[in-house]
Amino acid sequence: MATSEHNLVLILARGLASSIATPMFLVDPNGTLVYFNEPAEEILGHTYADAGEMSPEEWGTLFYPEDPQSGEKLSPEALPLSIALAEHRPAHRMMSITGRDEVRRTIAVTAFPLFARTDEFVGAVAIFWEEDGG
Amino acid sequence: MHARIWGCRGSLASPGPETVRYGGNTSCVEVRLDDDTLIILDAGTGIRPLGIALRQGRPRTIHVFLTHLHLDHLEGLGFFGPLWESDVDLHIWGPPSPLRSLDRRIARYLSPPLFPIHLQDIPSHPTFHDVPDEDWKIGGALIRARPVSHRGPTVGYRISENGQSLAYIPDHEPALGVDLRSVEPEWVSGHAVAQSVDLLFHDSQYTEDEYLQRVGWGHSSVVHVVSFAEICDVRRLVMFHHDPLHTDDQLEALLGRATELWNAGGIPPVLAYEGMELDLS
Repeated sequence: MATSEHNLVLILARGLASSIATPMFLVDPNGTLVYFNEPAEEILGHTYADAGEMSPEEWGTLFYPEDPQSGEKLSPEALPLSIALAEHRPAHRMMSITGRDEVRRTIAVTAFPLFARTDEFVGAVAIFWEEDGG
Repeated sequence: MHARIWGCRGSLASPGPETVRYGGNTSCVEVRLDDDTLIILDAGTGIRPLGIALRQGRPRTIHVFLTHLHLDHLEGLGFFGPLWESDVDLHIWGPPSPLRSLDRRIARYLSPPLFPIHLQDIPSHPTFHDVPDEDWKIGGALIRARPVSHRGPTVGYRISENGQSLAYIPDHEPALGVDLRSVEPEWVSGHAVAQSVDLLFHDSQYTEDEYLQRVGWGHSSVVHVVSFAEICDVRRLVMFHHDPLHTDDQLEALLGRATELWNAGGIPPVLAYEGMELDLS
């Protein structure tokens, strides 16, 4: 019998993500990107249906994240979502990304870990706002 | 494995002439494993008559599985006869909480001013268990409890024995924020509990119109319960947790709608009723 149901907290988080206008990423405890919503698709230039699940190596470099001031490339470990995953704490920063549409955007990203009722770490969420142009 | 329903009403006990066919007692299902081990699913008001029936041939060990602690699933516990017998080995299982142990949460009800006797003074001195994350065994059965979408900490139970299985998810809103028509099964709350079971007891509290006024209250419409059962490839669906405002006639109209929606073939859905017996052997 298959028992691959996601943790309820992730299911409810996906329900929230699919209901809001704010771009949102959802990763499981292994860092696999298991869902992103339609507003995120617009910024990323990928649809969830096309992209499917992605490993941390894939989503960490997909958008060419850079420091908006220095223009230096950000390592995957420096991304707020990676910090929420690795250190189980919230993280926030500004960054520039380039989506598949090759448009450069400055965004603010806030990520936070998800813990189920028994304090079990079940994944993390990142929400982001475009800073220039809404 | 054998199941008997002692209460299938949701939210509030609802006795009276308009609910006499399906019953007014709140959630309680007696499950007997093949070795006669007794598992009781929820302690709504239906557990009181079950306790009376157990005067004849009560087993020494009784397991009570609580899905959650809303009163309609707990209010019968203080009136369950074996609770007051010192020679019973009573185990009460329920969802964990990060803040208070299961016994402390139940003691909020089983203590003054809501109840005359303190929990610690009850003669059976029940043993309380948070349900584990992993499956566990009771008698010859494999038990699974998983969190499901409802208000507050809530689990659904799956009991498997000798190739047969039943799932019990009396309070459940799998459609909250999810389009059940298109979502992948692993994104459906309760799927790991109900997948491919022979028998599913599931929340079917609302009509489609009623649900629109009660989104987020933690329950299912008739459309949702049928969709959920089909997604989980359930062999037999028993519609459970009847709304206290629904008369017998209204429940039968709800069943008619469920039958209309049912595309899975095989055995069509049925309404739970007090005294209903289901044999899974």
